[in-house]
Amino acid sequence: MSELKEELKAKIIEQLNLEDVSVADIADDDALFGDGLGLDSIDALELIVMLDKDYGIRLSDPKEGKKIFESVQVMADYIQEHRTK
Amino acid sequence: MKKVYINSIASISPQKTFDNTIFLDEITDYNDTVIFAQDPDYKQYIPPAAARRMAKGIKMGVVASKIAMEEAGIETVDAIITGTGMGCMIDSEKFVSAIIDNNEQYLTPTSFIQSTHNTVAGQIALGMECKAYNFTYVHSAISFESALLDAKMQLESDEAEHVLVGGVEELGEHTTKVHRLINHIKPEAVAISKVLNSKTEGAVFSEGTNFFVVSNERKESCYAELVAVETFNTLQKEKVSETIETFLKENNLKAAEIDVVVFGNNGDVDFDSFYNQLSEGILSKTQQVFYKHLVGENNTVSAFGVWLASKILKTQTIPEIVKINKINPSDIKTVLCYNQYRGQNHSLVLLKKC
Repeated sequence: MSELKEELKAKIIEQLNLEDVSVADIADDDALFGDGLGLDSIDALELIVMLDKDYGIRLSDPKEGKKIFESVQVMADYIQEHRTK
Repeated sequence: MKKVYINSIASISPQKTFDNTIFLDEITDYNDTVIFAQDPDYKQYIPPAAARRMAKGIKMGVVASKIAMEEAGIETVDAIITGTGMGCMIDSEKFVSAIIDNNEQYLTPTSFIQSTHNTVAGQIALGMECKAYNFTYVHSAISFESALLDAKMQLESDEAEHVLVGGVEELGEHTTKVHRLINHIKPEAVAISKVLNSKTEGAVFSEGTNFFVVSNERKESCYAELVAVETFNTLQKEKVSETIETFLKENNLKAAEIDVVVFGNNGDVDFDSFYNQLSEGILSKTQQVFYKHLVGENNTVSAFGVWLASKILKTQTIPEIVKINKINPSDIKTVLCYNQYRGQNHSLVLLKKC
């Protein structure tokens, strides 16, 4: 699980071009949107594509993303449970 | 009709040109086939949250527009008009590669959003919250001149008072490879001192951006009066001299009255003869300057020619590094810029001291 969380942090940084942010800067429970990392709706779309491409999880309802992308911890839990690859 | 003035300039190029207080004082020497723009400190101008989605061309355009706006001393404009031959290449390549690599699946939005030709003008408008006329001309080597002509006409007819106009190009890895394959890029590295007398085909490719605030009101910061702009998609080599004489006549000038001519020589043995016939012909007694040995070739690099002409008119100095001959006019009142790329898309821009 902790490996998956580290992997997710690295992917978020790379995928979303978070300059000046390192894996160590993101705590497992940090909010990804709003006051936390400050991600926005375009980032949410990037994360939806990442879930599909890398973990075989297709979100049928984009609104689900709001809950799933709350933090790295929540994302990792969701991926662990639903991943098909 | 109102007169049009270039009230501010900004350039990001392979030379250190983003600082308007200097004028090609320090030259970066290159010996290459492709040269990249020197980066200003983007963080000084663009918030990190916005910058993270911007490829180099967008960053260059946004920063150059901010430098130009600051020098003109204005907060907003009545139009933002850009020219680009190739658009946002880096994101275009990223998006197309993703389509191919992922078998048309998993397409992410960011590179698509940032890959349009109007992205730079759009980002500038978003940054200054400008909802006015926003337009991008995509027309190979006359993209910038098309934008400049649009701005000039709006200002002359008083439809706009201040217009931000510029040209921008960025180098994409794949596109550069393609240009190499079709021999549009020189086969061998060329030092800047050797470009003019290069005996091979192709050019040294580059990237960069040049922005200007043009207005129908002369500001203290004024560089030049923009007198005329004309473009020609096709023009036979033997008709160039005659075309320039006609263009000058329409502006009540003769070739002998041009104090400085800015040529677009890029060292391509197949096409520099378009300029050479003028430097040995109707403009042989005129001070001739060129710039592509310093900043390379790209679709909107002729905007650098206008930048150079503006600087020459304002400072009344001509850096030695750009001189082709040594006429050394004492009072520089009129400058003509002539550019073409591979024998097509010719442009003439006439500037006067203001």
